[in-house]
Amino acid sequence: MNDVPTASQTVGPFFSIGLSHLWVRKTAPSDATREHVTIRGRVLDGDGVGVPDAILEIWQRGENEGGASRFRRVATGEHGEFEFSATKPAMAREADGSVHAPHFVVTVFMRGLLRHLVSRVYIAGEAANADDTVLNLVPEARRETLLATPNETRDSEFVWDIRLQGAAETVFFET
Amino acid sequence: MANLPVFEKIKAGTQPEYLHPAYRSSVKRAPTQALILLAHTLSERSGPVFAQNAIGAHDHDLTAQHAGPPLGERIVVGGKILDEGGRPVRGALIEVWQANAAGRYLHKMDQHHAPLDPNFTGCGRTITDSEGRYKFISVKPGAYPWGNHDNAWRPAHIHFSIFGDGLLSRLVTQMYFPGDPLLPFDPIYNCISDERAKQRLVSMFDWQNTTPGFALGFRFNIVLRGREATPMEK
Repeated sequence: MNDVPTASQTVGPFFSIGLSHLWVRKTAPSDATREHVTIRGRVLDGDGVGVPDAILEIWQRGENEGGASRFRRVATGEHGEFEFSATKPAMAREADGSVHAPHFVVTVFMRGLLRHLVSRVYIAGEAANADDTVLNLVPEARRETLLATPNETRDSEFVWDIRLQGAAETVFFET
Repeated sequence: MANLPVFEKIKAGTQPEYLHPAYRSSVKRAPTQALILLAHTLSERSGPVFAQNAIGAHDHDLTAQHAGPPLGERIVVGGKILDEGGRPVRGALIEVWQANAAGRYLHKMDQHHAPLDPNFTGCGRTITDSEGRYKFISVKPGAYPWGNHDNAWRPAHIHFSIFGDGLLSRLVTQMYFPGDPLLPFDPIYNCISDERAKQRLVSMFDWQNTTPGFALGFRFNIVLRGREATPMEK
């Protein structure tokens, strides 16, 4: 048997009915010795207007089993705002030589998106960013769209907006 | 991370393009720059696994979540979640949501002038069994008007969200009903150019799952991206 995957369709405006049971902004730290980060920002449409009906799924690489603790699902608020917290991902170097700076994979769903978008958020200032295999695929001028920048007034808090269109359009990946 | 599935690129036309102007909401929300092709890393190949005990006894039965039965035509929706090699995807979390029989969602943003049903929330979830099978009991959702264009109506549909093995197989889609006269006019259904891929979003009437004296059956099989790393010899 050989079949192409079933086609995607939009999540529509009413997804909270089916998906809100899994809203997870944060979980209790599984390892209190590791640094936690909070990432907050807004999802903005082509007019720069906040998207009030987007849903983000955030994933931190690792073993699938037990992975539910490294999964977050958040919906945007009235002005497109979102926030999640998690253990800061570790830097990884793989057998093939690839380097993976701390990052989260972010999957974006909303009314108007017939297929979800896949992006990544990295932490500005991490030394490993310069060697990150995926960041280096991105034209230099667009790399900063994937960097969460420190909130000067709150430790361990970072700001990252998702811009769907425009000059500073966030980088999305074809996977 | 033994036995991570193998993923191939999406075949042209079998998935929607992001910009589909007939679907108006896509115009300001579809990315305008080319997506950057990514060699798959562990970040995409891995993904969350949800435990069976996350599912309650009535979560798959949308007709049994309130004091009384909901109004509408009772249906049983079932099928298999398969990978591209035709192998069952076990332990996949499926979440569904839908309008009630009158075509109204239990949601503050739904202003359609049709009644809510106090006995229907329209939310269900289940996890596939060892053969990739799933089953929901519900009522057939009604069609409803929307603002996309003049006299626009969505065909009856059930939203499906599925977590397979890893993020690359993540899928959110909609299941339609056979013979729905609204399908040719729906820009969301018609966003897929490959005719066969499009038709696979339409469930089949299913005598086997039709329960005598109780409910009509519909079959909806779903194929997720990926296949086992070591396919069986032909």
